[in-house]
Amino acid sequence: MVDELVVNLSRAQFAATALYHFLFVPLTLGLSFMMAIMESTYVMTGREIWRKMTLFWGTLFGINFAMGVATGIVMEFQFGMNWAYYSHYVGDVFGAPLAIEGLMAFFLEATFIGLFFFGWDRLSKVGHLVVTWLVALGANFSALWILIANGWMQYPVGAVFNPDTMRMEITDFMAVIFNPVAQAKFVHTVSAGYVTGAVFVFGVSALFLLKGKHIELAKRSMVVAASFGLASALSVVVLGDESGYAATEHQVMKIAAVEAMYHTEPAPAGLSLIAFPRADGSVWELKVPWVLGLITTRSFDTEVPGINELVEHAEVRIANGINAYTAMAALEENREDPVARETIAETWPDLGYALLLKRYRVDIENATPEEIAMAAADTVPDVWPLFWTFRLMVGIGLFFIGFFVFAFWKASTGTLDKHRWFLWGAVAVMPLPWMAAEAGWIIAEYGRQPWAIEGVLPTFYAASSLTVTDLVLSLAFYITVYTILAVIMVILMVKAIKAGPKDYVALLNGEPDPMETPEPKSDLPQSPDSYGDDKAGKPAPAE
Amino acid sequence: MDFIPIDYETLRLIWWALLGTLLIGFAIMGGMDLGMGALLPAVARTDDERRVMLNLQGPTWEGNQVWLVLGGGSIFAAFPPLYAVSFSGFYLAMIVILFALILRPVGFKYRGKITDPRWRSAWDWALFIGGFVPSLIFGVAMGNALLGAPFNLDTTLRPSYLGNFFGLLSPFALLCGLVSLSMLIVMGAVILAARTEGAVAERAARYGQWAAVTAIALFALAGFWIAFGIEGYVITSAIVTDLPSNPLSKEVMREAGAWLNNYGQYPWMMIAPILGFAGMAGAAIGIKARPGALTIISAALGVLGIVATAGLSMFPFLLPSSHNPVASLTVWDATSSHLTLFIMLIATAIFLPIIIAYTSWVYKVMSGPVTNSSLGKNPNAY
Ligand code: HDD
Ligand code: HEM
Ligand code: HEM
Repeated sequence: MVDELVVNLSRAQFAATALYHFLFVPLTLGLSFMMAIMESTYVMTGREIWRKMTLFWGTLFGINFAMGVATGIVMEFQFGMNWAYYSHYVGDVFGAPLAIEGLMAFFLEATFIGLFFFGWDRLSKVGHLVVTWLVALGANFSALWILIANGWMQYPVGAVFNPDTMRMEITDFMAVIFNPVAQAKFVHTVSAGYVTGAVFVFGVSALFLLKGKHIELAKRSMVVAASFGLASALSVVVLGDESGYAATEHQVMKIAAVEAMYHTEPAPAGLSLIAFPRADGSVWELKVPWVLGLITTRSFDTEVPGINELVEHAEVRIANGINAYTAMAALEENREDPVARETIAETWPDLGYALLLKRYRVDIENATPEEIAMAAADTVPDVWPLFWTFRLMVGIGLFFIGFFVFAFWKASTGTLDKHRWFLWGAVAVMPLPWMAAEAGWIIAEYGRQPWAIEGVLPTFYAASSLTVTDLVLSLAFYITVYTILAVIMVILMVKAIKAGPKDYVALLNGEPDPMETPEPKSDLPQSPDSYGDDKAGKPAPAE
Repeated sequence: MDFIPIDYETLRLIWWALLGTLLIGFAIMGGMDLGMGALLPAVARTDDERRVMLNLQGPTWEGNQVWLVLGGGSIFAAFPPLYAVSFSGFYLAMIVILFALILRPVGFKYRGKITDPRWRSAWDWALFIGGFVPSLIFGVAMGNALLGAPFNLDTTLRPSYLGNFFGLLSPFALLCGLVSLSMLIVMGAVILAARTEGAVAERAARYGQWAAVTAIALFALAGFWIAFGIEGYVITSAIVTDLPSNPLSKEVMREAGAWLNNYGQYPWMMIAPILGFAGMAGAAIGIKARPGALTIISAALGVLGIVATAGLSMFPFLLPSSHNPVASLTVWDATSSHLTLFIMLIATAIFLPIIIAYTSWVYKVMSGPVTNSSLGKNPNAY
């Protein structure tokens, strides 16, 4: 009844497109904020260099942003396209934050991004600064609402199952908004975005210093990046701990898997630094005592349950969920059956567990104990990929604290250029924040498997009834288009970085930009990413 | 849900109207950019001309496109079954639309970054596809909604789809596609004629006039076809408007000409097709002389009229099922819960006016004609 191939292709496609979208999101989040900081400095001090910085980083921002929008549109429609039963089953709850994101965030960001680029000579200094802040605000609102939606998938609060409509429906919208998992996710994820922005600005500026180009711009940018980066790196780690805490309360299984912890540990549990499976099924590990207990339960005396215990618990919930399922069949016979309604009201929270059996048989009310055991075993996510990606992310997080402490110290004493090895290092570590962020999503999403909505809706049950051909075609399409776009984007980024910031005063006076090599046969301004200047302060006449 | 001050039936009606508003908002705001994209190769021939055209859209196309994103989001939030059935049913058609829509943001942003003519011409084609294809396919989708789609719902309300991609391309659906294409071209052409100068403005006026005449003729043809050619759908069981959303609890029948019933029952609905014709006619007349606000409004009203005609004809249906008419989705049985509709209404009532206010402000800041000489000064230009 479940076409595993269709499900797996859908999962692969969703994961690929979402992870791809998230390559551009963190830089949008971080860079927009830093541009707003730089432009604020320009408005307060009136020094041209700060506007030059805003414009230069703005150009790179624009190249990235276009990809963020292009891939975001895909995300918006993919739920209905690939997860039709998901959309039906939880659309009543999940759709709301997504639509509010459009109303509150996308409109704000997308409307003012145009003015950011086209409004320099039509707005007053303060007017333009407000526009830049609104763009940054829009990006952060967008993250807030999408993470409320995503947080609800991890911890579905404020909703009940309605047997008349066969779906989850909202009962308490405030609980959805103030979902502790969503809040923890929001702060952790936007901080991750800020770290990404800071590492990017710092790395590109380090390259300029090493090449001896654009020194003024590079040094100032590095001061901003180092201080912003240090604050964000601290907050990523502290709030990542918050994420772990939230995940433990509500997603015990995920934490147990992340920790490769098969057995319940007596409190306070230790955090294993590294671990390897042994041939006999046991685990060899190196442990830091107590730390896991602290991260996950915030106490020394609460037990952290292990995978095996959780599987036993799942069997109980499956058996209980079958009652809800049987009652639904009774309801089909007689819509008013009060006993059936009562049963559903009591047992629906375990209905999702019973649905896990759909993988093995259609008439799940007749499931055998073996099938129930298999379904319970399915609740364990793949342990080893989670274990290692988690350590990758945490490692990167801790590394960046050290990195930015040093960077901040040297930047504030103005001696960064004396440490060429560090500058080269800063260039080399530029990919790391992206790796950590992608690792984070893999932990969050892959670690949630087999659930699309934790405890409520199994992933395989959520898919659309598409054919394998449909999915092969769409997957081929995404891979082709996304690969081509990635290449183009990298080429343009490199070109824009090489071209460097422009000399606006010269441009305004009609002198050729010293940085530009003129290309033949064109009467256009040589570089579209060079900038105008409104030093004179008056808006261009609207001719 | 005693604390919700608006009853379920009214909320469903409001959301049906709001969905219409958002789609019309997209057809007008996004439509002018799509129309300009479809006109790009024909109207702007040199690189300078093309840059004028793209930079005319530059500051505002991104905001306009959000009407579409929001349309998708609010179908998800307010009509989850519709979102689930239509997007998964029309899967490959959606992929084609996504392909076109992906090309737009990158096309606008990247085209100007390299001066090589081959690079620019490649992006010009991308931008053309990005405008032409969605303009056409949105209409084809509307046509298929009028025809009914071959889907079914089982007792757990899981949708399955029995058609295929080529089944969507029936003559009637293609006709609707052409109506949509021509009306969006009118929308784009009016703006171009109003805000550019010289050859671009002249060509835009010429093509725009043709498109308006075509739109009128095809819209009329589609009307006849609906009256005499295709079957509509009617609910034959008693209509209950405030039950929990479950499409399977009603009876539905197909009937020739049924899509015109509403106009007999509620004659005021005739306003929509009349606006469609009159608006397009006004655009056709006004576009030749440098169009002012009046012509732009006329074109927008034409678009509004045409989209509203389709929506009103089908009321209360959203997406009928040709395979199993009982599974058809209607306003009364394919919405979110009472509480969700109410929450979303509050959110919309707060944010939609704010959005309209700042969008108008941005248009005001960026108003005025776009010419080649004005471009030279803005190095952020596309
Ligand atoms: C933490 C932040 C975050 C996360 C988890 C997501 N997004 Fe995203 N999204 C953004 C943060 C963001 C952003 C920062 O606001 C973007 C990125 C670049 C940009 O242009 O805006 C954006 C763009 C963007 C757009 C284009 C908006 C426009 O037209 O301006 C859409 C439709 C989506 N996203 C939809 C989604 C969906 C359906 C997601 C879930 C699966 C998703 N995003 C995950
Ligand atoms: C509202 C936001 C999101 C929703 C509703 C959502 C939903 C889903 C769904 C339905 C799947 C397929 C089921 C599966 O895991 O197999 C999935 C998988 C996944 N998603 Fe999310 N996701 C969201 C956000 C994201 C984002 C932004 C990312 C990161 C870029 C992400 C990364 C992943 C990954 C890595 C998988 C695992 C793939 C797999 O093993 O199947 N998700 N998510
Ligand atoms: C010591 C450092 C860190 C800790 C303790 C930590 C902890 C966590 C945890 C437990 C999750 C999973 C949340 C869930 O299951 O839903 C997570 C997710 C995530 N992490 Fe980290 N993290 C750290 C560093 C980083 C860094 C450096 C980045 C990126 C620059 C990052 C980016 C992310 C992202 C994007 C997610 C997915 C969103 C979410 O679920 O919150 N993390 N992190």
